[in-house]
Amino acid sequence: MLKEDRFKLRVWFASGEPWVWLNAGAVGISITAVVGLLLLIAVRGFGHFWPASVALIGYTDRSGVEQVVLGEVTDSEILAASQYLEATGQSADALPAGQIEVERWQIKTGNRRVAPPDFRWIPTHYIDSVRYPEDAVVLERMEWGNAYGFLTATYEGDVLSSDGPAAWDDFLSRLQRAVLLREQIKALENDKLNHINYALEQLRLDRKGLHRRESLDPVARNARMAEIDTSEQALQAEFQAGEQELRALQGALHRDSIRLRTASGMELTVNVGDVVRAWRPNAMPVLQKIGHYLHSVGLFLTDTPREANTEGGIYPAIFGTIMMVLLMSILVTPFGVIAALYLREYAKQGPFVRLIRIAVNNLAGVPSIVYGVFGLGFFVYFLGGNLDALFFPDALPAPTFGTPGLLWASLTLALLTVPVVVVSTEEGLTRIPRAIREGSLALGATKAETLFKVVIPMASPAILTGVILAVARAAGEVAPLMLVGVVKLAPSLPLDGNFPFVHLERKFMHLGFHIYDVGFQSPNVDAARPLVYATALLLVLLIVALNLTAIMLRNRLERRYRGVE
Amino acid sequence: MTSDTIADRPNAQPLKPDATQEQPVSLPDSLLVDGWSLYYGEQQALNSISLAIPQKQATAFIGPSGCGKSTLLRCFNRMNDLIDNVSVSGRITLEGQDIYAKDVDVAQLRRRVGMVFQRPNPFPKTIYENVAYGLRLAGRIPKTELDDRVEWALKSAALWEEVRDRLKESALGLSGGQQQRLVIARAVAVQPAVLLLDEPASALDPISTLKIEELIHQLKSEYTIVIVTHNMQQAARVSDYTAFLYLGELVEFDRTDDVFTNPKKPQTEDYITGRYG
Repeated sequence: MLKEDRFKLRVWFASGEPWVWLNAGAVGISITAVVGLLLLIAVRGFGHFWPASVALIGYTDRSGVEQVVLGEVTDSEILAASQYLEATGQSADALPAGQIEVERWQIKTGNRRVAPPDFRWIPTHYIDSVRYPEDAVVLERMEWGNAYGFLTATYEGDVLSSDGPAAWDDFLSRLQRAVLLREQIKALENDKLNHINYALEQLRLDRKGLHRRESLDPVARNARMAEIDTSEQALQAEFQAGEQELRALQGALHRDSIRLRTASGMELTVNVGDVVRAWRPNAMPVLQKIGHYLHSVGLFLTDTPREANTEGGIYPAIFGTIMMVLLMSILVTPFGVIAALYLREYAKQGPFVRLIRIAVNNLAGVPSIVYGVFGLGFFVYFLGGNLDALFFPDALPAPTFGTPGLLWASLTLALLTVPVVVVSTEEGLTRIPRAIREGSLALGATKAETLFKVVIPMASPAILTGVILAVARAAGEVAPLMLVGVVKLAPSLPLDGNFPFVHLERKFMHLGFHIYDVGFQSPNVDAARPLVYATALLLVLLIVALNLTAIMLRNRLERRYRGVE
Repeated sequence: MTSDTIADRPNAQPLKPDATQEQPVSLPDSLLVDGWSLYYGEQQALNSISLAIPQKQATAFIGPSGCGKSTLLRCFNRMNDLIDNVSVSGRITLEGQDIYAKDVDVAQLRRRVGMVFQRPNPFPKTIYENVAYGLRLAGRIPKTELDDRVEWALKSAALWEEVRDRLKESALGLSGGQQQRLVIARAVAVQPAVLLLDEPASALDPISTLKIEELIHQLKSEYTIVIVTHNMQQAARVSDYTAFLYLGELVEFDRTDDVFTNPKKPQTEDYITGRYG
């Protein structure tokens, strides 16, 4: 009987079935891990933008004082009783006998300026009442985070405009006006004043340059100097006019204010010009909530960051990441392809070429921070410094290219990813049948003609595979970027309306670094946490989108060459 | 490498088909091979071969596998240059010009000596682009002229009727036999003097093979054709002259009828009658 069983087991092993189970199990675990990761960051990140209900919570605190808070319940956790007591420094009789665990809620109460902290934990056994008042108002402000309270009155200047139930609609219309004014201010600053500033800076450099060139004929120099002076005066006048306009707009923006009564009964004055958005989540039907949610996500994607990156959007980081990755691809593709062509098609195959190939492959394994250090030393200080001395001497000692920037970051990442492109291009080249090359050569094509007309087009799917891998690696890389061009907050995008439109020397923001900065360098961890998840999800989505584009392109090319290999 | 001159060897005159009574004036030679040897590294693959391939006739190379017939064929358009470690000695001339001379432009030579390979190897481009490929290499041609040349080449390869409506489709969609005729059209399009066919029908079904053979019949009025085959019936059907190679040596070269009906060497007879190979 036993012998028979052992025999059966052996047959089962020999059938290969356990092996299949093992494989399927490994695949299953991998998929679960990836899906779980994505789900976690999706729920945590994009749940943040949902207009959660605002609860008015009455509770009796440890010392027996009755308290009222108004805010969103953002988290809840269950602690073991002992853990809770230890953490709060209480003795065992603080809890009812026999209670072994304590649930506590995290409430986002906002009003950071008047009643800090803006996040607080309340054990549920303290809570006496929870209500969801219809007229609870949430204000998203330019500064100091959210405000929670009840609207009591609106003012135009110092004059009472409305109070009581009518105040909300009055406030909304005033808010709309403020939003429009804010847009005008932004347009004025970004387009007009920015242009004038840029032009003034160019004139300053021109003047410096004139001083520097001593060989110039003094008459011509004076004429040129006078020219600069006149255009500078004109620009200054224009700038002053613009500034005046800006001041007028800002005055108009801050005309209105509202009174907000907080949960504890404190009166709060909020200037309408400081309010980004206002909503009453408890009175919102689901459809309106969805609209609000989509608007929030939209703002997150298109707005600039505020409050040390813990509020507002991440548009500059998205823009910087895409721009850097595209530039990196443009740099790495020709470089990698040419290197691979030489290694595979022209170089005489032998131990030396094999050694080079091994070295190239191993370059992919060098820690990325090493590339960062190299980029800083070679690209930024050496190349950039020399470029400055050659082409931008007027701006010195202020560096133009001799400082971390978009170009150097892209170049560093191109260097980091070039082995990937070389390897997959080489693989593509070896897969092209000899018969096809001979067919071309037999028709009187030279080797170069064969390469360019037949071999490279046929290897293009493999080249694209390399670029896909390079993009995937580059978009997620953070460490080297911190040395060669990424900053916490870039004052301007690397692409704008000022000639030459693409400013490769500028510093830029990057999603990966943004995650690090918001998550670990932020003064307000609780406020920043959801943004970390949201930014992480966005980074993943961005890489997926970039990859899908390249994969689609590759599949199209592969269809064209199907059946050859 | 031994570079022995013709005078050093007995039987120094290139082996030439006997000028028979029907052709009192011998045909002009297209390719003249003289004391040709080829080595792969140390190993000798062709041993002092001399023969003259007549113009606008079909010449077949037969012999067992590894006898060097393909290697010899690939010498005519210098395809062997692509292989490392190959050394040659002797002389091959195409219409009087030494094709292994230093100043020869190999690309130019290959335009005059077209080649069709064992397996159809169309480029992954459209049918039109495949035929136009060689023409475009020669330089810019006006579109209308290019169209005419492509149509002419496809007609020469007896493919025009089958593909005239799908010139812009991928050549990879054609059947094996059609692909092989496309490759022939591609070679013919640049109007070479010589067409080398390296077992052109060995990867094809019998009907496609038949079509290729018919095509060779038509083409030989315009081009000098050299065909490598290990199908003796095929050699007998399509060629005017046959060379039998064995172990890198040219054993016999004569009119096809004579080789098959009245072989002079016992090895040839053994091979033809199937005693080895």
